[in-house]
Amino acid sequence: MSDAILKIKDLKVNYGGIEAVKGISFDVPAGEIVTLIGANGAGKSSTLRSIAGLVKPREGTIEFDGEDICGKDPTAIVTRGITLVPEGRRIFPDLTVLENLRIGAYLRHDDLTDDLNWVYELFPRLKERSWQAGGTLSGGEQQMLAVGRALMSRPKVIMMDEPSLGLAPLIVKGIFDIIKEINKQGVTVLLIEQNANMALKTANVGYVMETGRITMSGTGEELLANDDVKAAYLGT
Amino acid sequence: MTKIEQKKSKKGTWIALCCIAALYVLLFLIDNVFPSTSFIVMLTPVLKKGAIYSLLCVSMNLLNGFTGLFSLGQAGFMLIGAYTYAIFTIPVAEHMSVYQYFDGGAIQFSIPEAIGSILGPTGGAFFGSIIAIILAGCVAAVFAALIGIPVLRLKSDYLAIATLGFVEIIRAVFQWNSLGVITNGSNQLRKYTAFSDMKLTIGGATLKFGTIFPFLIVMLCIIVIVLLINSSYGRAFKAIRDDEVAAEAMGISLFKHKMLSFVISCFFAGVGGALLAMFQTTIKAQSFTSAMTYEILLMVVIGGIGSVSGSCIAAFLYIACSEWWLRFLDSGKFLGLSVPFFRDGFRKVVFSVVIMIIVLFFSRGIMGDRELSFSGIAGGVKKLSGRLKKKDIEEKEDTGNE
Repeated sequence: MSDAILKIKDLKVNYGGIEAVKGISFDVPAGEIVTLIGANGAGKSSTLRSIAGLVKPREGTIEFDGEDICGKDPTAIVTRGITLVPEGRRIFPDLTVLENLRIGAYLRHDDLTDDLNWVYELFPRLKERSWQAGGTLSGGEQQMLAVGRALMSRPKVIMMDEPSLGLAPLIVKGIFDIIKEINKQGVTVLLIEQNANMALKTANVGYVMETGRITMSGTGEELLANDDVKAAYLGT
Repeated sequence: MTKIEQKKSKKGTWIALCCIAALYVLLFLIDNVFPSTSFIVMLTPVLKKGAIYSLLCVSMNLLNGFTGLFSLGQAGFMLIGAYTYAIFTIPVAEHMSVYQYFDGGAIQFSIPEAIGSILGPTGGAFFGSIIAIILAGCVAAVFAALIGIPVLRLKSDYLAIATLGFVEIIRAVFQWNSLGVITNGSNQLRKYTAFSDMKLTIGGATLKFGTIFPFLIVMLCIIVIVLLINSSYGRAFKAIRDDEVAAEAMGISLFKHKMLSFVISCFFAGVGGALLAMFQTTIKAQSFTSAMTYEILLMVVIGGIGSVSGSCIAAFLYIACSEWWLRFLDSGKFLGLSVPFFRDGFRKVVFSVVIMIIVLFFSRGIMGDRELSFSGIAGGVKKLSGRLKKKDIEEKEDTGNE
């Protein structure tokens, strides 16, 4: 396994009085696909949101490339090379596809042509619809746009919050193929999913989260074969 | 963009430039050549006020329509702009009569006179008032920045209420007697440089620019706003409007961009306030009520939230209707007959009904979030004529089948 690009240590996140994440530690090795699986309310989204800087953690450290980025604002974190594909896609409905992609590269001031071509190559459908308003796309296309938009910041780590949510199985498969493709091109992926089966098949490393704690870890295959995981998340 | 589209937009630009040139020629003729018939007497103030309100609407639209910040502070920033402009353009010799209860006031300085000592009185009035207008915008912007720090952390309705409160506070502060040496308390400010001072004497002839001046300033301001909206900052504003969380996740600093939009919008509200002061020739803090903000909001909604051209169209239509076209409803007579309910105030009743009808049938305003473009109009006309022709053919076919 290669060196960890992202190291999370004793991370605690509170929402109001509720402790959503109760001190978790895990590593994200560079160039791999890492997945966090778990039920609703396990604290997966809170973990991602605090890495992205959208939520200030109460305690703990988040080390990225050897630098503690815990508590920094989202602008600083995106600039360093971590982007989040938010849950529920959250594309900008009134902006065109092209404008959505440009917003993804908002903090960059260099030429975007190559990156636009790269995203269009990954998602030819977006190229066809580049002048259409984001809100007029189908669910699957919106997910592609959300991923494409995040890639436009040329991230080292892309974090995805439930990319398969509300999509038809065939489209989910397409999305996971794209995730593998993005990873092959050198981007580290941190994925959280309820669709544990798909996520574990795709991921190199997996962690299971339950009520704010990490309860199991291993390679994707190991977790797939684990009886507890099977019973709780795979329904077999 | 394809080559055909580029050609089309180039053609559109040329048509637009020609129309603007024609407009200014017309305005020049109105100022200097046309006899002052009752038509022209009604038309000129409507044009001036319409232009000023266009700017006010567009500045509000930048905030409410493009950044999604529901602010109702427009009148307060207009007041700041109007007062700043007036205070710094009252001729020094007139201070005694304007600030009669405050020993001539504290500020014994007039920008047009200062500039006039170098460029002569006409140059002084023109450039001096432009400097004062910019100053008015800047002061409004500084106030906006100060108020924005606490207020912009609020969302939707709360922001609206906070800014609404600000308008009332500002109005009260400007009428406060202790500040009378600067603001003249609750008395009006007058005798400052107005639109009628915009003239140029060449040889023996005097050329007037009273109507062109507001159009020029307003057009420049709107061009700046449109450039901003189409820049990457504008895109970030729209992203914040569409989805704050996603925008933040993309690394857009919410506070910084909201502040930027707020300050710029208030700068232009200040400029609009200064122009309104020039138009009215006297100003009083009392008249800058929140009803004024609602009026502008109404125009923005009628024109279409998120459409610059919609705001302009709505501003002119609104001003023309309320000040001119519906006047006959107040006259007590219709077609020579005396109609008892056509009396003072009936105009407002009809006007309200018209607005309701517009809102009912154009729920997204006249323009929605689209923009008026000349190539668009040409396309629309072509489509319409194409449709009519098709209908003709269909009708002919129908009769043929029968």
